[in-house]
Amino acid sequence: MDDIFTDYTLRTVALGAGTLGIVSGALGSYAVLRKQSLLGDALSHAALPGVALAFILTGSKGQFVLMLGAAIAGWIATLFVAQIVRHTRIKQDSALGLVLSVFFGFGLMLLTFIQQRADASQAGLDRFLFGQAAALLESDVITMAAVGGLAIALMLIFWKELKLLSFDPDFAVTIGFPVRALDILLTTLLVIAIVVGLQTVGVVLMSAMVVAPAVAARQWTDKLAVMVGAAAFFGAISGVVGAYISSREENLPTGPAIVICITCIALLSLALAPNRGLVWSRVRQWRNAHGLRSDAVLADLLALAQQHDEAQHGHSVEVLTAMRPEQGGVARTLRQLADQGFAVSNNAGEWSLTHAGLAEAKRVTSSGQETS
Amino acid sequence: MHNHRERDSRDGSSVSKTAGRAAIEIRDLTVAYQQKPVLWDVDMDVPEQVLMAIVGPNGAGKTTLIKSIIGLVRPVAGQVMVHGKGYGEQRRLVAYVPQRGSVDWDFPTDVLDVVLMGRYGALGWIRRPGKHDRDLALQALDKVGMVDYATRQISQLSGGQQQRVFLARALVQDAQIYLMDEPFQGVDATTERAIVTLLQELRGAGRTVLVVHHDLQTVPDYFDSVTLLNVRLIASGPVREVFTEPNLRLTYGGRVAFLYRDNEDTPDTSATPTIQAAGAALDS
Repeated sequence: MDDIFTDYTLRTVALGAGTLGIVSGALGSYAVLRKQSLLGDALSHAALPGVALAFILTGSKGQFVLMLGAAIAGWIATLFVAQIVRHTRIKQDSALGLVLSVFFGFGLMLLTFIQQRADASQAGLDRFLFGQAAALLESDVITMAAVGGLAIALMLIFWKELKLLSFDPDFAVTIGFPVRALDILLTTLLVIAIVVGLQTVGVVLMSAMVVAPAVAARQWTDKLAVMVGAAAFFGAISGVVGAYISSREENLPTGPAIVICITCIALLSLALAPNRGLVWSRVRQWRNAHGLRSDAVLADLLALAQQHDEAQHGHSVEVLTAMRPEQGGVARTLRQLADQGFAVSNNAGEWSLTHAGLAEAKRVTSSGQETS
Repeated sequence: MHNHRERDSRDGSSVSKTAGRAAIEIRDLTVAYQQKPVLWDVDMDVPEQVLMAIVGPNGAGKTTLIKSIIGLVRPVAGQVMVHGKGYGEQRRLVAYVPQRGSVDWDFPTDVLDVVLMGRYGALGWIRRPGKHDRDLALQALDKVGMVDYATRQISQLSGGQQQRVFLARALVQDAQIYLMDEPFQGVDATTERAIVTLLQELRGAGRTVLVVHHDLQTVPDYFDSVTLLNVRLIASGPVREVFTEPNLRLTYGGRVAFLYRDNEDTPDTSATPTIQAAGAALDS
């Protein structure tokens, strides 16, 4: 990947994709924490008619003009959603789905209309569907960095307020913060994050860049600041790697390449992260179950020893199995207890507690009583 | 307007007990969700320095009453005054403890951070909490017995611990009036005792505490005042005056079974009812 530093086009593309990853990763964290993942989807799809209309009205393909069109359309879409939820019985998620498809359909129609015009300048607007990072110019990247940097700066300035809004909006109201205004601020920042990435990733997959970095980051940490930082990092990594892959392959749009990268990061995080990861929680579950199983067998051995008034009296595996008919693996658990030095078997295959096992069994049974 | 006479007499009864000024005045308050009234023409005063329970069956509007005091719910009619002014001007005097279940406890933050949110109102915009705020938050955590949990991730807390964290967040606000929505829900007996002691200390320190409560049994033990609510206001005042069988019957319909016992503490009053709520006190 040395070319990133030498190849001018590739460097521009990688910088652009990295910028979009940082901005959407950081701001997407709030969308995920507020359980508004679908909002990102609706906002990005709704941006398409904005891009098309901006081009029709101005005839310009300048990055800033198209971004402004996308932002305004995204904004109008959220207004529609809010009005639908307020005035009808349609719920938020259905309203988002409705607005998403209507706006996206309208956008596709406008795109077709533009492409049918004889005008040669229309070429390339369809890159907004799946993204085409190769078309990024240095000036585009500067615009993206400026706008995205502004959004990140606002997020940092209002860090405390946005955290409060995300965790406990009712409480925020009672201590006098204008929750409606903060909500508008956060939605605006999310709109900016999406608009920054549209040209590179495309409207169809942009929502993945909002959700996936945040989901991945959440697995690794329990601190909001670390989560936002990690999401920005994951977003940047997948942006750069995805842009690189897509630039090496003819006809591979950048959006899908970036999204595949972030999806891999998210899947790995879901599986492997300590504490929250699926693999580790399975291991923990198994350890707990195993611990409970050996505790149970120890307790049974203790009960038997007390019945017979001597610790060394041996008992067959069958007796112990009969004491816990619902629980398998008694023989294996006994062997493990033997490895730990808590149980021994005699020549007849009968099991009893060792001295250490006796103490351990008493500890287990007494702590069990305390908690129950 | 027609209940002003009633209200005046109620004021009269509370004067004898407390300093006299009302911490919260509620006038003709009506709240409706869609067309369904949740509170209907509620007219009451919460005197200063009381520890008052709000009781009533499910759907009686207890939570709504609290929420309309702090402006979380917009009334159809009526008004609420806090120390004689609208809530907007007085929010620094009021601390609100929402129901535990109202937030996502899997949010990535720790106990100290949640308690510090109680300082956000005093801090205002943009300013971050500093050492002074952290000290106040740790003191509040100490009062609720949770100082050892300051750096604990909030998803690891038990129900009782979550409740105590919310309580600490309210204590940090250093308010005059505390409004709490079911602080005893899902907490163990030890925590309940600890919280009650804390509430009584607050009242002793001159604060006014208003608590949405479900367990009728404990009302006479825990509280000095009570408001009985079932969409309409049934009664509001000192426990020994208004926590009576006829009022409870009015509040809960026929669903309350009463067991009488002789009361040794107050031989002059007729027997204090010990209440077993049949179904009525089971929360939703």
